[in-house]
Amino acid sequence: MAEILVALSGGVDSSVAAALLKREGHDVTTVTLKLWGGETDSGCCSVSDVEDARRVAQQLGVDHHVFNFGDDFEEHVVEPYVAAYAEGRVPNPCVECNRHIKFDKLFRRADALGFDLIATGHHARVIDVGDGTRRIGRGADPAKDQSYVLHMLGQDQLARLMLPVGEFTKDEVRELALELDLRTANKPDSQDVCFIERSPGRGDAGRRAFLGDRIPLRPAKIVDQSGAEVGAAPSIELVTVGQRKGLDLGGATERRYVVDIDHTTDTVTVGPFEDTLTARTEVPDLTWTNGAIDGELTVQCSAHGARRPATVTNTTIVWSEPQPRVALGQSVVLYLEDEVVGGGIAGEEHQP
Amino acid sequence: MRPAAVQTMVPLLSDGFGNPSGSHRLAREANQVLDEAREAVAQALGAEPGDIIFTGGGTEADNLAVFGATEALGQSVVCSATEHHAVLDPTEHLGGIVVPVGPDGLLDLDAFRSVLSETENVGLVSVMTVNNETGIIQSIDAVADVLNEHAPGALLHTDAVQALNWVDVATHCRAADLISVSAHKFGGPKGVGALVARDRARLTPRFHGGGQERGRRGGTQNVAGIAAMAVAATETVQNRETEMARVGELRDQMVQQIIEGIATSCGTSTIVTASASPTTANIANLCFEGIESEALLFLLEKNDVMASAASSCSSGALEPSHVLQAMGVPREFALGSLRLSLGHTSDQADVDAAVDAVVGAVTRLTERGS
Repeated sequence: MAEILVALSGGVDSSVAAALLKREGHDVTTVTLKLWGGETDSGCCSVSDVEDARRVAQQLGVDHHVFNFGDDFEEHVVEPYVAAYAEGRVPNPCVECNRHIKFDKLFRRADALGFDLIATGHHARVIDVGDGTRRIGRGADPAKDQSYVLHMLGQDQLARLMLPVGEFTKDEVRELALELDLRTANKPDSQDVCFIERSPGRGDAGRRAFLGDRIPLRPAKIVDQSGAEVGAAPSIELVTVGQRKGLDLGGATERRYVVDIDHTTDTVTVGPFEDTLTARTEVPDLTWTNGAIDGELTVQCSAHGARRPATVTNTTIVWSEPQPRVALGQSVVLYLEDEVVGGGIAGEEHQP
Repeated sequence: MRPAAVQTMVPLLSDGFGNPSGSHRLAREANQVLDEAREAVAQALGAEPGDIIFTGGGTEADNLAVFGATEALGQSVVCSATEHHAVLDPTEHLGGIVVPVGPDGLLDLDAFRSVLSETENVGLVSVMTVNNETGIIQSIDAVADVLNEHAPGALLHTDAVQALNWVDVATHCRAADLISVSAHKFGGPKGVGALVARDRARLTPRFHGGGQERGRRGGTQNVAGIAAMAVAATETVQNRETEMARVGELRDQMVQQIIEGIATSCGTSTIVTASASPTTANIANLCFEGIESEALLFLLEKNDVMASAASSCSSGALEPSHVLQAMGVPREFALGSLRLSLGHTSDQADVDAAVDAVVGAVTRLTERGS
């Protein structure tokens, strides 16, 4: 049987992934990545998460290791996250963590240590296309599907990746964990950005505090399309194109949306929904998983966002119907039915 | 554990379970065990029996020394940059001063002099006898000489947790007012240690309670563990000279063969940390350029070589070494550090296996990256 390194986060999904592979008779070794945080027992990679992972490994009778990838995480995830906001983009740190840490650094480490395959607890599937290539497919549970954050995986990675829980719904995963008496069976799902402490307040107070400690946040004025000032935003970095909620517009009654953000003048322009729409979206670094595909695809632009029909010309998404503009920095993922066929990061917009 | 220590401990966990603080026969028996252990430990450390405070290990002894002396004196604390966290963290917690070491890992005596002359009210100085990562031996006499000249009123503490197997603590640490040791480092059980506190070292206790240990450490003593520690300490001191010669030879041979093996098989640039400094016979600290310690340790474990690098945090993840950093070891080497420790059970076969495993692992990681 293959030697498999299972990335164990201390959550229920990866616990069950390891258990399933062990049950199938594979030679399983587990590893928890220490990515963030010092010795405190809060936030992600906390001591209690590592303990949960260790106890699950002990229950399964497999080895458990901890790899400290903190420096890489800081360099490839946290610093770019902060830099993106400073430059007016909306980053997706989970995508960058997968790209640089879990599916690059960890893959290289696993290779050096002699593992044949790597498994994670992501809700997605590795699909064998039949021509010797592979794609990421949606997980069996549409509400928990994580194919979006795995879109960047190339053929090298897909050939060595196993996603055992992708075949199950979340409820089934929890049932399996209960059956196996794993202590993570009822552990709540992780949420939000793992390295930002969830704040007791509402909205994005945690993110604001995290960024505010690292970059100066600039107040902005909010104007309507005639240029008249209608409100103020405490920090332009946290305003997103298309945003409606959380804007202080001084009691205006009609629904208004962010249609433009000008970082040179610190001005946010609001307008009607129609003006948030666009016919095209540029994805300068767009790559195809296993070759370009002509014809209509569906495109998803946020982790649990809607899928909208479009075609692709070079690096331009041409929407079948006008769609809300995609914030710069967001991942744009192309699907053929339920399989990821390509993706990239939204760049400068193409105005109709 | 040393077999003699185990044999001492077991009956004291069953029949000899008396509490030494009591007054009946079982208690008196336990108290006799404690008295005898105290004398044996005192002799091994060159102290008077009344100087010995039994603790729950080396960390507790260090904390009692740093917090206890600082609080009793109401003055400030100074320590070296390569101290174990059991001294470094209390010192930083108290707002103390950390004195740098040189590239040789030894306390920078000029910097130490400046700190003493620029700082008023230095009440305690803490400099470890043997560093746990590198095995570097500090001269406690040299530290005491500077202290006597610039701050004669200050107490001198030394963390000698790593020392007893390889250094004659009784002589080497004679100038220290406070000395920490830990039983499991010399063949005794875990969770038992001692602090030597000589006459002039007044301490405020960390644990208040039943007044045990002359009021300096409340709490019922771990009689079985303490008796086992005493046996282990006595045996360690008796065997020290022959073990130092035997293990030192194995260590030197191991380092030389690793260096030669790597030079022939992959040519990875390798540093033997502080090779010119006095070190204990058991530790080899090597740094391999561009290799990641975690990957190296993983491959070594596969070959049944259990080694360490830097120190582990509470999650079990490796943290970069503050000791190598303080010595100015370049980061690309420090991240590839490896600590191979030998002990009284290590033999030629162990060393041969370690050489093969280390050369093999470094070669693989150099070729395949990590």
